Amino acid sequence: MAYDESVDLEQFRAETREWLEENCPPSMRTPMKDDEIVWGGKREKFKNPEAKLWLERMGEKGWTSPEWPAKYGGGGLSRAQNRVLQEELRRIKARPALFSFGLWMFGPALLEFGNEEQKLRFIPDIVKGKTRWCQGYSEPGAGSDLADLQTRCEDKGDHYLINGQKVWTSYADKADWIFCLVRTDTSVKHEGISFILFDMESPGVEARPILLISGESPFCETFFTDVKVPKDQLVGEVNGGWQIAKRLLQFERSSISAGGFGGTGGSGILGPEEYAKMHIGTDSEGRLIDGDLRGRITDHKMHAKAFNLTVQRQAEQAKAGQQVGHTASILKYGAAKMNQDRHELLVEALGTEGLGWEGEGFDPSAKKVTRQWLRSKGNSIEGGTSEINLNVISKRVLGLKDHK
Amino acid sequence: MTFLLTEDQEMLRDTAMAFARDEMPVTRLRQLRDSGANGVDAETRQKLAELGFFGVIIPDEPGGEHFGLVGLGQVLEAQGRTLAPTPVLQTALIAASALQLGGSAEQQAEWLPKIAGGETSFALALDETAHFNPLGVATEAESNGQGYTLNGMKRYVPDAHHADMLIVAARTFGEAGDRHGLTLFLVPADAKGVSIQALHSVDSHGAAHVTLEDVMVPESAIIGALDKGADVLEPVLDRAAIGQAAEMLGSADAAFEMTLEYLNSRKQFGQLIGSFQSLQHRAAKMFTELELTRSCISAALSAVDEGKPNVAELASLAKARASELVHLVSNECVQMHGGIGMTDDADPGLYMKRARVQEALYGSASWHRDRYARLAGY
Repeated sequence: MAYDESVDLEQFRAETREWLEENCPPSMRTPMKDDEIVWGGKREKFKNPEAKLWLERMGEKGWTSPEWPAKYGGGGLSRAQNRVLQEELRRIKARPALFSFGLWMFGPALLEFGNEEQKLRFIPDIVKGKTRWCQGYSEPGAGSDLADLQTRCEDKGDHYLINGQKVWTSYADKADWIFCLVRTDTSVKHEGISFILFDMESPGVEARPILLISGESPFCETFFTDVKVPKDQLVGEVNGGWQIAKRLLQFERSSISAGGFGGTGGSGILGPEEYAKMHIGTDSEGRLIDGDLRGRITDHKMHAKAFNLTVQRQAEQAKAGQQVGHTASILKYGAAKMNQDRHELLVEALGTEGLGWEGEGFDPSAKKVTRQWLRSKGNSIEGGTSEINLNVISKRVLGLKDHK
Repeated sequence: MTFLLTEDQEMLRDTAMAFARDEMPVTRLRQLRDSGANGVDAETRQKLAELGFFGVIIPDEPGGEHFGLVGLGQVLEAQGRTLAPTPVLQTALIAASALQLGGSAEQQAEWLPKIAGGETSFALALDETAHFNPLGVATEAESNGQGYTLNGMKRYVPDAHHADMLIVAARTFGEAGDRHGLTLFLVPADAKGVSIQALHSVDSHGAAHVTLEDVMVPESAIIGALDKGADVLEPVLDRAAIGQAAEMLGSADAAFEMTLEYLNSRKQFGQLIGSFQSLQHRAAKMFTELELTRSCISAALSAVDEGKPNVAELASLAKARASELVHLVSNECVQMHGGIGMTDDADPGLYMKRARVQEALYGSASWHRDRYARLAGY
């Protein structure tokens, strides 16, 4: 439902509060459990039935994407109203109704670059969590040099034909649809890339999960063999996909640095200083006995605090209409380092308690730390490696020149 | 907490930046150094007074409006950009804060207008060893019936070689290390028994050792309460650390810009050296550190003005990170300038020399890390 700007915000707050009171189920006001996260899509099983109800209700209001236009199923709220909504959600400690690459990455890009028909066709199902999207970007030969991608997309008159392979496709085995970068011109590099959408159930699509060092398989290798795609599923111009790809990467980097690293993080996990107190001990004044570790923990905590303050500062500046430049790369670089340092310190503070893999004999939260520590190594690789982010900062922000 | 400046603070910042650029560029510090002025610059002090920079946190009327520490932070950042030696930190920030937080109505009425008008300059005489250690004060202040008699020695006191007044931390009870028993005294720099030994420091700003030998002061010279000087001193030192950090941000920013310009102009192997990835990545890391530290300083300045309870934590955060920042940037500035960076004619060396002094004042990075951990309970 769209609200007029003139509607008093306090009235909006009162209505929102009342609606949430009636519609947010009790278990959705408790801390998120890792196995109850809702990613939506056709294959979503909803371990907790109240999570299904919560998604349906929030999706109906468009409040999974409060500021998207109402005509595409979004909430149609103003920035100010959305702030009120988020405050009210936080007030009752409501869980997010939906985790979704559609909401975080693809939707914003489609709203910017898609045609009207595409927006009407795809956005509402993202809002309601009915379609789960995955991202077909990296290839075996195109990682940091993403524009070198080779997956072929040929124009066959009444359809496109796609052949090639993607890798590191997050949850491709669970997704309904894919937004995919393909090569429509082999004679040029960046100018030969197109942005195309297709159903993962199309004949010729195969997704194979990749087992990671952390023991999990969040990513897939994805193969396309003679996949037929209707022509109205190409977004923007033919050969104009790179602009969309880059914009979408900015959304991805922002969502990663906003806290989306490697799942949903830290339930039940303490800070490194707490594990160090427990497993190493303190002196008579309450200081950690290991002075060197104490200093390094503090250095990390200061970095984390500085990072959070910077996120706040840039949000305030953006709100006030000030230029904040290419901050996504700075924050992505900083967030990766912060998360990796934190997990190294957690494992170090836990000592041998932090070296368990499975089975009995280890504190369950410590075993989670071990897995997350391994997973965190990907933070400086996924969504643009730290080195690529440093390239972006030095060239686009600092204006340093390319090598001739 | 806000990270944005008000319109007035924005104007103050613009004025301060323009003044630093036009009236006290780095060449001014060189002139002062080469003429043996040892950081004393009466002409600039006069101009700063005319611009009102000494009264940034002092309202015209008691209880009136002022620019706040956020405003003063802009002035300090501007002077940090050009390494200008000025009495602003010692006088307009430290002394004004000490008097505002602990001074009697009479002391405030007497001294705050003189500070705001730039008539009187101050120096805080605190440390007695080569390291910042506020509770380690051993200088004695003994009651003598009419007042107190001070005996002791203060090391490396910034501005003491040209200040009119000293604020002396002395012990009226207990022993070095105790929090209780510290008292702050106002002492004229020319009082009988005060001797000032000017020091020629590496940054050419100068400082002084101050010896107090049977210096007599009246009871009315006490700032705050007897034995409870730490209640005033600690918040003053937090503000000093934050102000110093703001100055350091300016220095780091300017040294970084200088480095970028060099990377974008110097050629080797037929290439701009800034096109080499090893240098690009180091520049990008410095920029990231600069941006993160800028947020800490901005948060700390505004936390003081808003009377937030976490000022001590943010002061340690700001000073520790600013110390690491100027250390990194000044070293990289010299290194990336190559042989030029080693010459006295070029500016990188001046930034590195000043950086080490800035790092040491009001608590080093490791001092503040230790306190940050203590405040967090580990």
